[in-house]
Amino acid sequence: MSEINIGTVASFDDPSRRVIEIAGIQVGVFQLDGEFYAYENKCPHLGGPACQGKILPRVLEDVTEDKKSLGRVFARNQLNVICPWHGFEFDIRTGAHVAVPKYRLRPVAVRTEGGEVFITLPKKNLATS
Amino acid sequence: MNDRSDQTVRDLPEITAATDTRDYLSHATRFAQQHEAYDLIIDVDAHLQEAQFWPEIIDLLENDVLKQTAQAMLKGGSAMPLSNLAPGQNFQSMAGRVPHQSGPRELTDDPETSGHRFVQIVRRAMNTMGVDYQVIFPTAMLLLGTSPVDGAELYLSRAYNRWLRDVILPQDKRILGLVYLPFNSPEDCEKLVKDFSNVPGIVGFTVTSVRHVPVHSPSYMRLYAMIEETGKPLVFHAGPNWNDASFQMLNRFISMHALSFVHYNLIHMTNWIVNAIPERFPKLKTLWVEGGLAWIPYLMQRLDHEFLMRQNEAPGLKKLPSEYMKEMYFSSQPMEQCHPNALKVTMDMMNAETQLLFASDWPHWDFNPPHTVTTLPFLSDEAKRNILGLNAAKLFGLPIKRVRP
Repeated sequence: MSEINIGTVASFDDPSRRVIEIAGIQVGVFQLDGEFYAYENKCPHLGGPACQGKILPRVLEDVTEDKKSLGRVFARNQLNVICPWHGFEFDIRTGAHVAVPKYRLRPVAVRTEGGEVFITLPKKNLATS
Repeated sequence: MNDRSDQTVRDLPEITAATDTRDYLSHATRFAQQHEAYDLIIDVDAHLQEAQFWPEIIDLLENDVLKQTAQAMLKGGSAMPLSNLAPGQNFQSMAGRVPHQSGPRELTDDPETSGHRFVQIVRRAMNTMGVDYQVIFPTAMLLLGTSPVDGAELYLSRAYNRWLRDVILPQDKRILGLVYLPFNSPEDCEKLVKDFSNVPGIVGFTVTSVRHVPVHSPSYMRLYAMIEETGKPLVFHAGPNWNDASFQMLNRFISMHALSFVHYNLIHMTNWIVNAIPERFPKLKTLWVEGGLAWIPYLMQRLDHEFLMRQNEAPGLKKLPSEYMKEMYFSSQPMEQCHPNALKVTMDMMNAETQLLFASDWPHWDFNPPHTVTTLPFLSDEAKRNILGLNAAKLFGLPIKRVRP
């Protein structure tokens, strides 16, 4: 496994996302509330480019105490990355599908040091696995 | 720790409706290695998103009043005059979550050198997914069977068929089409069968299932005889209809989509079998498209169960309803894969090895790339080859010869 410097912390907005490809391996790197997260750019559903999708807040059903629905609302504290192939939504913080966590993006190790961002590329060529 | 000075880092942009199909589907290319050795991959259901090309189709309307009406509406800002698709309820892309549903907005090359824009985009999809042929259907026109406007379905269908024949199909032999039958007008369907059945690239006849007409009506028997004579299949393409009274009880698109697509094919199939159409036209092949697969074992079981008790209400049948269904063809998309055991049972019950045809439904939001089939663990290699191309080659009379790059 090799560790790659992919740029400075300052080059990432918060929130933001950068998807990179190195030697055929694709990784999505996210910064959210000062923390970094990274995942293989491969949806567990059918292998789509999950990290390159839209980023939106999670949608919740707003139910009152007497069990009436007031419709759908955006969550205030959860951002999802959404696979552009079929709409699978993954919590950026955990990589898990918002409703069925057995579907999850494969995490990639990411760390910061000295204002730089490093990811550890996995051994396998993820894009063909 | 290595820094990146000895490795090239490529940034991949966010995917949008303007993303080139080749980039959008690049992951499918990698999976396509799994079927690289197969002789033939035929995608029996892919779609034209007509909005961008609607003015061309309008130009081919054979009714001067409707043509002038439509052209005036285009000038007034209407995107798809005479269409009964409700743009305000077009939730397929899920507010942009699935951008390919909203397109195509990608750039294409000079049509003088590279062909019609739609042809270029279809080629990109075929080559990226590793497909030899794609059979094209319209999208918005899937709802025309319920248009109340006199002449709308008839003249739009004739215009669309001419556009296919004269503009699109001649530009690439890998693109195949079906004659859109304005099914509410049986006699007009017969004219189209006469005029279009020998057009190169036309491999069958399609009825958009969203309509309220009984397929067993006597008025259709001559049409079925004509189609049977051509040897080409009759294809029922499922579709949504939120205006249907029952579906108006559904408050979310997911609900309507899940039920409505299957609903119309369920009704037409039930009528088709109970009224013994397969007995009257034993050589008429039918293909049922875009209803998924889960409805098939449901209907087989339901009709068999009822038929054994109520045979006097379906006296034309000489065998169980399910046995007729096992001789029909079905497209594979959207393949319901959440319950693999159920999917295996479904494929066993429907004789998938000989009767199932791969379909992508690209560029729609629930498309299936070819590896939807190649990754099924319970299918033999022979079954995969059949489903991915050989069954469709037999149905459409195509040579078993690779034509993809």
